[in-house]
Amino acid sequence: MSATLEVHELGFALASGRALVAQVSFTVRPGETLVLLGRSGSGKTTTLKLINRLLEPTAGTVRVAGEPATAVAATQLRRRIGYVIQEIGLFPHFTVERNVALVPRLEGWPAARVAARVRDLLALVGLDPDAFRARYPHELSGGQRQRVGVARALGADPPLLLLDEPFGALDPITRAELQVEFRSLQARLDKGMVFVTHDVREGLALGTRIGLMQQGRLVFLGTPDEFRRSTHPEAVAFLAAAG
Amino acid sequence: MELARFYARHLPELLQLVGQHLYLVAVSTGVAVAIGVPLGILLTRRPAWRGPVLGLANLFQTIPSLALFGFLIPLPFIGGIGATTALVALVVYALLPIVRNTYTGIAGVDPAVREAGRGMGLTDWQLLTLVELPLGLGVVLAGIRVATVVSVGTATIAAAIGAGGLGVYIFRGVAMVNDTLIFAGALPAALIALAADGLLGLAERRLAWRAR
Repeated sequence: MSATLEVHELGFALASGRALVAQVSFTVRPGETLVLLGRSGSGKTTTLKLINRLLEPTAGTVRVAGEPATAVAATQLRRRIGYVIQEIGLFPHFTVERNVALVPRLEGWPAARVAARVRDLLALVGLDPDAFRARYPHELSGGQRQRVGVARALGADPPLLLLDEPFGALDPITRAELQVEFRSLQARLDKGMVFVTHDVREGLALGTRIGLMQQGRLVFLGTPDEFRRSTHPEAVAFLAAAG
Repeated sequence: MELARFYARHLPELLQLVGQHLYLVAVSTGVAVAIGVPLGILLTRRPAWRGPVLGLANLFQTIPSLALFGFLIPLPFIGGIGATTALVALVVYALLPIVRNTYTGIAGVDPAVREAGRGMGLTDWQLLTLVELPLGLGVVLAGIRVATVVSVGTATIAAAIGAGGLGVYIFRGVAMVNDTLIFAGALPAALIALAADGLLGLAERRLAWRAR
């Protein structure tokens, strides 16, 4: 099966010449979750934004489902890539239904298909469609909001999902709950995912592979088990911090 | 009492002046919205233009209104004696609050909402019309409200260059040292300002989205 995401020698340098990301290469297959782990400022979020072209790479190539990311307009590309951020960014003036329906509507789906899709997605993320459809984001708890954020990202059934510390702002209990549900979601969806976090426990629990980033470079790439045995100083530091 | 008798005797003239006044305010505010809102949006897309444009609009505000009306008289096309010159001056005054509030309203949208919108694949136009303008509308409308209310007051000075309006009574009253005459112009002007403020405030509450 072809890879959902192929990133090859990806780089991003500022006009001043300072490189924020350099020579990053990895592949994500359907059903696989690559966790990008690293300290703040290590280039994890920048790498995500280079994949969906919120930032334009200054070096290297990105292919999504076999097609070069630059083959279509950036807006077209992004509708095929789900994107979830820590702050969620639900549209506060849209109901839950309109938020989740955003990309299908942009893509011109017929209304009946959009409505059915919204119901399916809300049910998928564990929200009763009838109870939540007509609510506004400010009427939801943080955990519920993030569920809606995930449902919105899955809107038009993209093959690839980018998640930037999606559970970072939640309380520990809600966070643990959502992590468990995320695992069952992974098993059911068969999508390629890139999951950014600085929490090594979360990374080890959710990743099929771990990519460790340090100063803009991918310094380790392997399974969670390989990561636990790694002797790379940054990996050792992360494991020591997790206790 | 005296005022009531004055109005009873001069009703047709009063109505004409009120009409002229409303015309000056409505047309100038309309033109200022048509220029100012797009300009404010442009500033959110071209941050480098923000300083110069807002600075210039600010500068216009500092010119005393009577002086601005005077400066415009000798200019060709936009100047001269009459309503056109007055409209130009009123537009210049109304621009600042409208441009500034449009910019502030849009710039004040939560960056996470904007990033999520971009990340979902909204085009810049969709981001503007689906997200930024609806969320910033309250602030934009507040700017239009301020511009309108100020414009009602400034329009009284338009009478000095022959543009008519309720300022005619005020200037006449000042020249004749006649308080009734000054009141005859000032009272309806104040009522128009209050009505405009109330109506636009209502529009703001009805149209603008707000949390909670």
